[in-house]
Amino acid sequence: MSLRITLALSAALLASASLTSAPAVAAEGTPHPPQEEWSFSGPFGGFDRAQLQRGFKVYREVCASCHGLNRVAFRNLGEPGGPEFSEAQITALAAEYQITDGPGEDGEMFDRPGRPSDRFPPIYPNEQAAAAANGKAPPDLSLIAKARTYERGFPLFILDIFTQYQTQGPDYIHALLTGYTEPPQGFEVPAGTHYNAYFPGHVIAMAKPLSDGQVTYDDNAPATVDQYARDVTAFLMWAAEPHMEQRKRIGFQVMIFLIGFALLLYFTKKKIWHEVEKPREIAEGKDPAQTSL
Amino acid sequence: MSGHSTYQPSHPAARWLEDRLPILSLAHASAVAYPTPRNLNYFWTFGAILTFMLVVQIVTGVVLAMHYTAHVSMAFDSVERIMRDVNYGWLIRYMHANGASMFFIAVYIHMFRSMYYGSYKAPREVLWILGVIIFLLMMATAFMGYVLPWGQMSFWGATVITNLFSALPIVGEYIVQLLWGGFSVDNPTLNRFFSLHYLLPFMIAGVVVLHIWALHHVGQNNPAGIEPKSKDDTVPFTPYATVKDVFATVCFMIFFAWFLFYTPNYLGHADNYVPANPLVTPAHIVPEWYFLPFYAILRAIPSKLGGVIAMFGAIAVLFVLPWLDTSKVRSAAYRPLFRQFFWIFGAVCILLGWLGAKPAEGIYVVLSRIATFYYFFHFLVILPLLGFLEKPRPLPASIADSVLSKKKLFGGGTARLGGATAAPDTKA
Amino acid sequence: MVSSGAWRYGHFDLGGATNRACFRAFARRCHPLLAARCPDEPTLAKVTDVATTHPETSAEPTRRDFLYIATGAVGAIGVAATVWPFIDQMNPDASTLALASLDFDVSQVAEGQAITVKWRGKPVFIRHRTAKEIEEANAVQPNELPDPLARNENLEADAPATDANRAAAGKENWIIMLGNCTHLGCVPVGLSGDFGGWFCPCHGSHYDTAGRIRRGPAPENLHIPPYAFTNDTTIRIG
Repeated sequence: MSLRITLALSAALLASASLTSAPAVAAEGTPHPPQEEWSFSGPFGGFDRAQLQRGFKVYREVCASCHGLNRVAFRNLGEPGGPEFSEAQITALAAEYQITDGPGEDGEMFDRPGRPSDRFPPIYPNEQAAAAANGKAPPDLSLIAKARTYERGFPLFILDIFTQYQTQGPDYIHALLTGYTEPPQGFEVPAGTHYNAYFPGHVIAMAKPLSDGQVTYDDNAPATVDQYARDVTAFLMWAAEPHMEQRKRIGFQVMIFLIGFALLLYFTKKKIWHEVEKPREIAEGKDPAQTSL
Repeated sequence: MSGHSTYQPSHPAARWLEDRLPILSLAHASAVAYPTPRNLNYFWTFGAILTFMLVVQIVTGVVLAMHYTAHVSMAFDSVERIMRDVNYGWLIRYMHANGASMFFIAVYIHMFRSMYYGSYKAPREVLWILGVIIFLLMMATAFMGYVLPWGQMSFWGATVITNLFSALPIVGEYIVQLLWGGFSVDNPTLNRFFSLHYLLPFMIAGVVVLHIWALHHVGQNNPAGIEPKSKDDTVPFTPYATVKDVFATVCFMIFFAWFLFYTPNYLGHADNYVPANPLVTPAHIVPEWYFLPFYAILRAIPSKLGGVIAMFGAIAVLFVLPWLDTSKVRSAAYRPLFRQFFWIFGAVCILLGWLGAKPAEGIYVVLSRIATFYYFFHFLVILPLLGFLEKPRPLPASIADSVLSKKKLFGGGTARLGGATAAPDTKA
Repeated sequence: MVSSGAWRYGHFDLGGATNRACFRAFARRCHPLLAARCPDEPTLAKVTDVATTHPETSAEPTRRDFLYIATGAVGAIGVAATVWPFIDQMNPDASTLALASLDFDVSQVAEGQAITVKWRGKPVFIRHRTAKEIEEANAVQPNELPDPLARNENLEADAPATDANRAAAGKENWIIMLGNCTHLGCVPVGLSGDFGGWFCPCHGSHYDTAGRIRRGPAPENLHIPPYAFTNDTTIRIG
């Protein structure tokens, strides 16, 4: 017994000793994004509708000039669990976009105003065009909040199971958007690229996208880079996981059910095994009448 | 499954069927009357949990196949449509993706339980070998399933793993092209992986039937590692084992639901949310967690062919485990030395898993080599020698005896080793 | 409820008497595997001897039964709730339900001509009828028809199958219908059949110039989808 514990301890020590250097190696000197507070973290966390609506505004007025949102349909913006724009707002919004449809009777493709059932049209006809226009193709943002992460390292990666920490992606995006700082002394930033404190390797093709006062909010939220970054990140998290609220809601119901069912089964099991367990209990000096349910 | 039974159903319709197809007595003999050792602990419920997980994976998989498109230009999109548009698609897809991990968690516990209690020893060698075959099929299925979403990790995982075969002399290149159906992982690869990913689970189900058949033929091992001798040593499968299995399965479902509903992407990899790009490899590619120990062994050997041989050898050695372990005593409860080596081995496996996720450089390579060496050393040297060097503790006269006198026997270790009598909530 | 004899094997009477009887039968006969090891008495004989010294269990069958029934019922609810997502996933998904309506410019369809467009994966007939065809259609009384109802989604469900109820509102030279035979879904051929309308070659259903079933196995008139003229020449289906 004690040997086992010693072994486990030494294994843990060995692991942590070699792990202290691990994050540095893995992230090549890039600091971890700070852990932000999000309305959607934790088992009961949901989206803040106003924040999603503001975030969509930032996406539309800033990000959308280069980054697509191809997997999101206009109708999604009105669905429960999302920004929940009204039907009229969505119809009007969709109509502002030109969607390629067809072929028409003349055999040619044609453009028509968007409808709620359409998805956001691509910004560039193909990836080559996107790369040609920007030097490097700007990634589509539909899944970006789930497609970006950073190494959590030991022991965080184990604790994350219990704390349900799931927001590496949003933390990283927020850090990236607010991470355009002056390069440290002697850091060579190649032409056409920019310095970012949180981008792996620090050299990013995207220029600083946000500046204070750039987007006019309809509510009283502060018009700062930090707030913009926060809002657009929340919006992108929703875009990547539009059913998150439903998932957590059903999850809670399932958990309650399973725990209740497990308790019932536990007592049923105890009841059924009661007779079998008696000889042992007597041998251990217990009174089976006391352990009866 | 346990042969002829004298069971006769009472209902006339049931008797009519029974006279023509003795399926009721078969079910009765295997699922009701089948005698199980009364001292089984909760580690013996993982067979039921694994059966449950196999059913979950097949059901969710069949459903996903209704919506999935196995084409390189549509696979990623079709998975995203499942996640966004299909009714409860997110639930079913997350269930399938996390279910694979749960399946492996359960199978690893099941395997380590076998190793701890010597369940692979005579007369259960074939039972064990069938289990290793199931494990191999599971790995193949999981690997091909991971390719289907056609994300970056799918693509590069498929590329790296299929390239393993290129290590074979002379025929290597040919075999790799055969697997790919081209000069790289591409549409033909995706299509055949989809086909095989759908086929293999049913093969697993078939081998599971053999596995259970073998189990019911030789009877279950138990924490004491001695055969039941009298009626006092066993209880009928139903209701005793049934209710315990159901209880344990529901507890396992709570664990499953935790991941499924609250951290559904924890066990996955962010890069798989980026569509596959044959021109860019992700900075840090790792297989799914359940392959990590084997991946670490692969990388520990500084030769391409050697690494591949070591990796496959790590699984192959399991096939001969029943003959490598020379001890006559099954259960580690009565093998003081083996017990310690068992835990060291378990720690080495976890260490290998952790190393598999680390970049192959510096200290990690050294540690990988030490751990790989120990992995094989355990099977090829320690186990054969222990049978001769170790002095086992005296075995109890019967299972019933071991239950009644357990306190005396195990001292502080009661909670861990104590058969059916341990508090259920500490185990499940 | 449980006699002392039955109770020897009776801690699992979830299924009541049958289950108990089964188990007793088992215990008496013994499974062969078991028989090899315990040729004479049932497995739990010794265990249950202990039970007889503590008869408290037989005094509370109700509580025990309640526990088993409650557990079984909760399990059944769980299974039922789990089944639903696996059925519902087969229903049309969100993108299908949101499928766009179809705009079509009918100005190119000359009188006496018909065109077929695809809407929700199904053919839609758009026919520009001649005055003679309209006249023919008007000559029939709805109550003489095999199906007297209009089957027009833009009207009440019980609207009669007059030609006015079948044709486009206020534009009786236009008729717009789903192009699937109401028998088994084949696509009828236009400008043919005994009534000058449509004829389904699969099983011989004849439709008239208003798309009403006149003869053959089809039970209903051709269905009319929801649609509207958005201007003089454009219809929006859906």
